Amino acid sequence: MSDLLAALTLQAGYNAALVAIGAALLGFAAGAAGTFLFLRKRALVSDAVAHATLPGVGLAFILMVALGGDGRSLLGLLAGSAVTAGVGLLLVEWIARRTRLAEDAAIGAVLSVFFGIGVVLLTVIQTMSSGRQAGLESFLLGSTAGMLYLDAVVIAVGGALSVLAVWVLRRPMTLVSFDPDYAAACGYDVRRIDLAMMALVMAVTVIGLKIVGLILIVAMLIVPPVTARFWTERAGRVIWIAAGLGAVSGYVGAAVSASAPALPTGPIIVLTATALFLLSLLFAPARGVLAAVLRHRRFQRRVHRRQGLLALARGELIHDPLTLSVLRRAGLIRADGVATEAGRAQAAKAARDEHRWEIARLVNQDTALTGRYDGLTPIERVFTADQIAEFDRHLGPPRPVAGDAAGA
Amino acid sequence: MTPTMTTAARLAGLPAGLDLAAADGEALHPEAAAESPLSIRGLTVSYGEKPAVFSVDATFPDGALSAIIGPNGAGKSTLLKAALGIIPRLSGEVSVFGRPIDAARARIAYVPQRASVDWDFPTSVLDVVSMGLYRRLGLLRRMRSEERAHALACLERVGMTDFADRQIGQLSGGQQQRVFLARALAQGADLYLLDEPFAGVDAATERAIIEVLKSLRAEGRAVVCVHHDLSTVESYFDHVFLINVRRIAEGPVASTFTAGNLQATYGGRLAAGHIEQLRLGGGTA
Ligand SMILES: Nc1ncnc2c1ncn2[C@@H]1O[C@H](COP(=O)(O)OP(=O)(O)O)[C@@H](O)[C@H]1O
Ligand SMILES: [Mg+2]
Repeated sequence: MSDLLAALTLQAGYNAALVAIGAALLGFAAGAAGTFLFLRKRALVSDAVAHATLPGVGLAFILMVALGGDGRSLLGLLAGSAVTAGVGLLLVEWIARRTRLAEDAAIGAVLSVFFGIGVVLLTVIQTMSSGRQAGLESFLLGSTAGMLYLDAVVIAVGGALSVLAVWVLRRPMTLVSFDPDYAAACGYDVRRIDLAMMALVMAVTVIGLKIVGLILIVAMLIVPPVTARFWTERAGRVIWIAAGLGAVSGYVGAAVSASAPALPTGPIIVLTATALFLLSLLFAPARGVLAAVLRHRRFQRRVHRRQGLLALARGELIHDPLTLSVLRRAGLIRADGVATEAGRAQAAKAARDEHRWEIARLVNQDTALTGRYDGLTPIERVFTADQIAEFDRHLGPPRPVAGDAAGA
Repeated sequence: MTPTMTTAARLAGLPAGLDLAAADGEALHPEAAAESPLSIRGLTVSYGEKPAVFSVDATFPDGALSAIIGPNGAGKSTLLKAALGIIPRLSGEVSVFGRPIDAARARIAYVPQRASVDWDFPTSVLDVVSMGLYRRLGLLRRMRSEERAHALACLERVGMTDFADRQIGQLSGGQQQRVFLARALAQGADLYLLDEPFAGVDAATERAIIEVLKSLRAEGRAVVCVHHDLSTVESYFDHVFLINVRRIAEGPVASTFTAGNLQATYGGRLAAGHIEQLRLGGGTA
C-alpha cells in the first residue's frame, strides 16, 4: 500500500514519476481526441490505424540500421509508424469511398494485412544481428521499463499539440459529427475534417505506442469519451471530461503498475479507465443504470397508484399485489384492503380528473393540450383553473366514493 | 395580384401589373436569372448508374416562397443536396445570387430532412442553434453574450425559448424541426433551403413554421421548400417547381400548379380523384 502511495505522490523514483506524468499527458490527449471518434461513430477506424503502425516501426528500424544507426531511436520509430498508419488510414477511406465494400470490411482488411506485414518484419528483424535486443515487440503492449526523459518530452509535446488541435477544430468536428449534411451546406469540407479527426487519432496512437502499445491504445481513445458521456449532455463538456478521465486513468494506472513490479503498465491503465467506466455506467445521475432503474420503479409506482385509485373509485376489487402495496404504503387503504378516508378522497379526485379529461377532449379543440393526456399528468398542469371550472360545469357535482369497495 | 407576384414580375423584367401567367419559368430574361437567389443549369446527379436527377434547369425567384414538388423518390432531396454540393454532381452549374455557390455560402441556410441526425447526440437545443453561428465565429473566437442573445432570439422566433437547455432528443418531432429552423435563422441568410419542413410535425408547429417563412419573405428573402402536401401548396407558396427526375414545370403557383402538370409529375401514382379534390383549374402543361 505504501508503495502505491509513494507512486501516486511521485515518490517512487525518477523513472516511475516520468512514466506517471507521461501516462497522464497521454491519457488527456487520447480522451480529448477520442471524443470525436466516438461522436462520429468511427471508433474502429482507430483500431485499423493502430495496427497499421507496426510495419512502420519495423521498416524504420531496418532503415535506421541500414543507415548505420542503432535503430532504437524512439523518434525515428514513431516517425516510421506514423507513415504506415497514415497509409492505412487513407486506404480505409479509399476502400470505403471507392469500392462497394462498407467501412467495417475496409477496417478488417487493412487491420489484418498491415498487422500481418508488421509481425513478419519483426520476425525478420529478430534474425538480424543488430535486432536481437531491439525490443520492438514492446510496441505491441507497451513497455515503460527504461523510459527516458526524451520519451516523456515526445509524449508531452505531441499530446499538447493534439489537444490544441482538438480545441481549434472543435466546432467543425462537432458539426460534422452531429449533422454532416448541414456542415457541407455551410461550406465545411466534410472529408477533410474527417481526415483531420483521424490524423489526430493517429498522432495520439503514435505517441501512445511506447506506454500503452498498439493493441490497447484504442481503449484509451474510446473508453474515456464513452465514460464522459454518462455525465453530460453537451459535446463541449464531453471533450474535457474525457480528457480528465483519461489523465486520471493514465496517472493512477501507471502508479499502480509501478507499485508492483510484475504489473504491466498499459493493461493496468486500461483497466483503470474501465473501472471508471463501470462506476459511471452504474452510478451516473441521469444516464446511469441505477438511476434508470430507480426512475422506472418510481414511474411504475405512479402508474399503479393511479390505477389503484381509479379502481377504488369504480368500486372494483384490486388483486395486483404491487398496486395493493403501493396504496397501503401511501395510507390510501388499510391492511384489510378497505379504503381509508384519504384514499376515498383521492380516488374521488382521480375519477373526477378522468372525467374532466373526457370533457376537455370534447370542448377544447387545441390538440396540443388535449394530446398531453397520458393518464398521469395532473390536469392542473395542462389547463388553467378557469378552463377546469368550465369542464366542471359540464360535469355536475362530485360523487363520493364508498369505503368498503376494495380488497378482500 | 399579390405583392409577391409583383416582386416576381419585377425580377422577370416585366412591367408591374402584367399577368405573370404569361411568364413561365423558362421565359425569364438571362439577366434576371443572374440575379436569382438560386439558379440551376443542366444538373444531373446519379447514384450508381441510374440518374436520380437528370439535366434539370431551375430558377427560383427572390423574395418569394417556392415549393419543390414531386412524388417520393422523384429526386427532390437529391436536387437540393447536389445544388448545395453535399453530394457530387455529374454535370451542371449552380449559381446563388449570380455568383458561384462557394462564393455565396454565407448567404445560404439549409434545413436538412429531420431523419438525418443522431438524436442522442450530446447537444442542447441552444447548442444546435449556435451551430448556425459557427461559420461567422470561425475557429478561435469565443461565443460572446451578444451571439448567445442572437441564438436565443432565433429560438424565440420559433417559439422554443423554454426548451433552450433540453437535450435535443427530448423534444417532439415538431419541436426538433423548429430548432433546425432556428439554427438556419441564426445564420442570417438570404436564401433558405428546407427539405420537407412540414413532414411529420403537429398542426401548431406547421403554423409556427409557415409564419416564420412568411416573415422571411416579408423581409425580402427567398425560401425554397421541398414540399409533399399538395393541399397546402396554394395557400403557402408563390412559386412551384415540379420534378420527377426531369423538370416537369416551373412558375407561379397560379399558372403552373395545374391538374395537367400534376398528372404529368405524378403519372398514375396520383389518382384523378385526388387532383379533383384540389379543385384546380383545368389546363394541361
Ligand atoms: N444515398 C443514396 N444511394 C443510392 N440511391 C439513393 C440515395 N439517396 C437517394 N437515392 C435514390 O435516388 C432517388 C431520389 O431520391 P430522393 O432525392 O431522396 O427523392 P425524394 O426526396 O424526392 O423523395 C430515389 O430513387 C432514391 O432511392
Ligand atoms: Mg426527400
